[in-house]
Amino acid sequence: MAIILLFLPLLFALIHFLFKGDFAKKTALISSLIVLGCNIVLLTQFDSNHSFNFIEHSPWIHDLGISFDLGIDGLGMLMLLLTNVLVPVIIYSSFGDERKNSSVFYALILLMQFGLNGVFMALDGILFYMFWEITLIPIWLICAFWGAEDRIKITMKFFIYTFFGSLFMLLALIFTYSQTSDHSFALQSLYNANLSGTGLYFVYGSLFLGFAIKMPVFPFHTWQPDTYTTSPTQGTMLLSGIMLKMGIYGVMRWMLPLAPEASPSVAKWLMILSIIGIVYASIIALQKNDIKRIFAYSSIAHVGMIAAGLFSLSIDGWQGATFQMIAHGVNIVGLFFIVHIIEKRIQTRDLTHMGGIAKVAPKFAVFFMIITLGSMAVPLTDGFVGEFLLLKGIYNAHMWAGIIAGTSIILCAVYMLRVYQLSMFGETNSLTSTFTDINMQETIVLAIIAILVLVLGIFPNIIFELVNNSVQSIFQLTL
Amino acid sequence: MKHMEQLLYLIPLLPFLGFAITGLFGKTLSKTIVGSIATTMVFVPFVLSTLLFFNLNHEHTEFYQNVYNWIHYAGLNINISFIVDPLSVMMMMIITGIGTLIHIYSMGYMHDDEGFYKFFAYLNLFIFSMLLLVMGANFIVMFFGWEGVGLCSYLLIGFWFKNKDYGKAARKAFIMNRIGDLGLLIGIFIIWNQYGSFEYADVFKSASMGGGSTALTIATFCLFIGAMGKSAQIPLYTWLPDAMAGPTPVSALIHAATMVTAGIYMIVRSSVLYNLSPDTLHFVAIIGISTSLFAAVIGLRQNDIKKVLAYSTVSQLGLMFLALGVGAYTSAMFHLMTHAFFKALLFLGAGSVIHAMSGEQDMRRMGGLKDKIKITYWVFTIGTFAICGFPILSGFFSKDEILAAVFAESPFLWVLAFISSMITGIYMCRMYFVTFYGSFRGTKEQEHHLHESPSNMTIPLMILAFLSVVGGFLNLPHLVGEGAAQKLAEFLHPIFKYTSVSMLELDETTEIALMVLTTIGVLTVIYFSYKIYTKDASLPKEDHELKGLEKVIAHKFYIDELYDTLFVKPITWLGGFTHNIIEKRGIDGIVNGIGSSVRFSSTMVRLLQNGNIEYYYLGLTIAIVFIFILKLIL
Repeated sequence: MAIILLFLPLLFALIHFLFKGDFAKKTALISSLIVLGCNIVLLTQFDSNHSFNFIEHSPWIHDLGISFDLGIDGLGMLMLLLTNVLVPVIIYSSFGDERKNSSVFYALILLMQFGLNGVFMALDGILFYMFWEITLIPIWLICAFWGAEDRIKITMKFFIYTFFGSLFMLLALIFTYSQTSDHSFALQSLYNANLSGTGLYFVYGSLFLGFAIKMPVFPFHTWQPDTYTTSPTQGTMLLSGIMLKMGIYGVMRWMLPLAPEASPSVAKWLMILSIIGIVYASIIALQKNDIKRIFAYSSIAHVGMIAAGLFSLSIDGWQGATFQMIAHGVNIVGLFFIVHIIEKRIQTRDLTHMGGIAKVAPKFAVFFMIITLGSMAVPLTDGFVGEFLLLKGIYNAHMWAGIIAGTSIILCAVYMLRVYQLSMFGETNSLTSTFTDINMQETIVLAIIAILVLVLGIFPNIIFELVNNSVQSIFQLTL
Repeated sequence: MKHMEQLLYLIPLLPFLGFAITGLFGKTLSKTIVGSIATTMVFVPFVLSTLLFFNLNHEHTEFYQNVYNWIHYAGLNINISFIVDPLSVMMMMIITGIGTLIHIYSMGYMHDDEGFYKFFAYLNLFIFSMLLLVMGANFIVMFFGWEGVGLCSYLLIGFWFKNKDYGKAARKAFIMNRIGDLGLLIGIFIIWNQYGSFEYADVFKSASMGGGSTALTIATFCLFIGAMGKSAQIPLYTWLPDAMAGPTPVSALIHAATMVTAGIYMIVRSSVLYNLSPDTLHFVAIIGISTSLFAAVIGLRQNDIKKVLAYSTVSQLGLMFLALGVGAYTSAMFHLMTHAFFKALLFLGAGSVIHAMSGEQDMRRMGGLKDKIKITYWVFTIGTFAICGFPILSGFFSKDEILAAVFAESPFLWVLAFISSMITGIYMCRMYFVTFYGSFRGTKEQEHHLHESPSNMTIPLMILAFLSVVGGFLNLPHLVGEGAAQKLAEFLHPIFKYTSVSMLELDETTEIALMVLTTIGVLTVIYFSYKIYTKDASLPKEDHELKGLEKVIAHKFYIDELYDTLFVKPITWLGGFTHNIIEKRGIDGIVNGIGSSVRFSSTMVRLLQNGNIEYYYLGLTIAIVFIFILKLIL
């Protein structure tokens, strides 16, 4: 079963590479919906009491101990759902745009979906690494071909930077492999590997580098704002909504349980680093005028909070991080779509040129407000659940860490409301007076996101019922 | 009454439905229907609350309902659960009761506004949040309501968002509240660490058995930071006067009668914890009296009638915190209730005045309105006299109770509280006489438009005026008789089951003496205010005529400017510095530096590959020699 979910997007991607035409939009959407359907079928058969469901095991490169191991536990299932729900939304969000070579564009998105599904299913180190790199190529091409000005230089930096991190990850995996008793890259063997001394810290540090660059965690974040800003909207959505979660997922599945002995002395410092990043990014977001850039920095702040929660090594931090991955995915996709809507209408993202949009586009204003509230972690929205648990976890780990991380909920309100106020409130100007309210397609996308924001905030237990067992058991491995 | 317990969720759910219906479909419905739906969704909960009120007695002191499991995993379990005990039912009745009146009033007041349906949607959402706040059976549900009301306040202050300043005022309110909210959240975390639960029942029970500790003192202090934000106390009070940018019914409901009293409610709710933290209580008292005096002084030099009322709200809230600080929880709740009556009355009355004056808010442009808008004039008179503490009106009894409790604790604090009360009398009478007496100073056009408000505005005013008169009889002084007269104290008694509220009792002579003293004070103030402020000659000066201390007071002691210099500007500067220096030159500089050094070295290495075969031979030879040497050495 898992195999079908994995390879279906690849098949669809190949079809889209081969056939060119204007119908690519629709076929891509249908493809992604079929994948989502497949995922839902898996969900109905899923038993959250078992750790891994749908296990696939076949030898691959036997001599090196590499095998084709797949399996889905609660955490994995959640990540798959995030991916396979967001991909159709992201594809649908592009329906209003015209672009050249659109079938290649959608093929790349579907290829990316293949890689992402693989990352969240792989139970073998090399297989994981392979899928991890597979995701990089399509997103890089998307940004490099359909991006804005300066895209070549910026995407090159993004590519090299993240590739550089991945290599360290690969080194760490190979080193761990060399320390396994059964010479295998299987997840369980890697968990059991006998790491000590310098090797232990090398593995811990290298894996951190690989995942931290992807998320990104301060100070490895400088590729992010430029890349997010330059990428086409769908690229930014894929990067921020799903791809960065690979890093967080990696920390949970592949880093902390692999070398837990290093955590007591190191995790605390990584938590501090993450918290510095939260405040750092929030302060920068306060005075920017490009809304896409503001949301990019807000993403760094939110992800920093997730990372801090993981490194706080508390169950609340872990459950909160898991929830927040979903919430952040939903909210940030919504926010970047809002940027897209604004930019499409007034050809600028500069706040100083906006104002009064709420008056001419009241429907848009409501959705924008709901997503803003989610992002600001107002109770009964999805953002609150995650941030509340994360802060609780961080606070329990260290009082001052909790308080400093907590200032981000104030700072976040400051910059998010600044964006909202400068763009939506006040009188209209020559640019915004002709701003048309959102059309049907835009309404559907925003409504899906707004409903998710509220439902997840009011009934968060939907998520916890699915993941809490698996998060609990992975968390036990980190202690 | 078991089945009733299972229906508690309906009380907050109804206004939420009202919000959803008016918000989603309000645009297509007529104004009357929108207004009626919204009002019903608040009135029905009022009826339900009243039913609950009559079913609470000595045997049955609370109703409890666990609605659903919000978060559950090994190590944490949070329920959406509600509790209705005397404290919450009292708040519920104030919220839904005054809420209903204000909904009715708004149907008249907002009638010509294009955002009519949105206004009612927000009002319903506010009632929903406020009910969550007071009905929640744990700190988390309370926090939902706590932030929820902050959000509604934001939406309603910025209701007329086309005005840039209003938008700014809304943002300021939300952010100041958020600062307090963080304090509250940290306090809740400490409570969790201490007692391993968010549920009131568990926390208070464990606390009463465990006794005080440093952690508990810090926790109560953090909770109080939350209260400072929500209830506009020093140093987080500056948002409230600016919040007057919202439509006047909002000022009445949210920024006077209900939301701003959330801090009082929260402390009374946590009285077990506060009684175990005497240090925090002292701090609460100090903040309370300082805010009360400070805001009263600023109130003396404000000319916008809504601003005067705003500062008087801040000042009265300070008085309530003072009462909490000396442990007089019941007195604080008593004053909370009477204040809700007469402050809602005053704000709605002010709204009626503004309505009559075609939008004018400056009292210097009014005058002589007493014969023009008779109903408004009479209800306003009652409101003003009630807040001043005129004998037998509601404010007299509640304020007197606080003053007596404060005197028992510390005569010095009593003197300050007495001064604050007198200043309140002065600025309230100043506003009242300047507005309603003397000669009309508005434009010809305004005079032409002068009219009494429609009946859906005046009827709520009359009901509130009635309540402002009789509200005080709910809790008469000890002098009148023990027990029977003190209905409110007795009613609230069950909520203090885990703690003892032992008040220092004053002897009868002192109590009478204090009462006589305040009465004389109030009468004197009213008399001299009448003498001075009814004369046109003693009108408040124009802004440019002010100098010295007067100017400082009129500019609210420049506190906004101070905050701007101390916090806003430095943080903005820091943002720029972080981005331009640390980010661009520092971190990204290093990253790009690594990149370009790699490129540089690759360019260098590339020079070796020049296709000249002699060079290659040379390199080969050197390498071979080098390897041999290495071999020899090792």
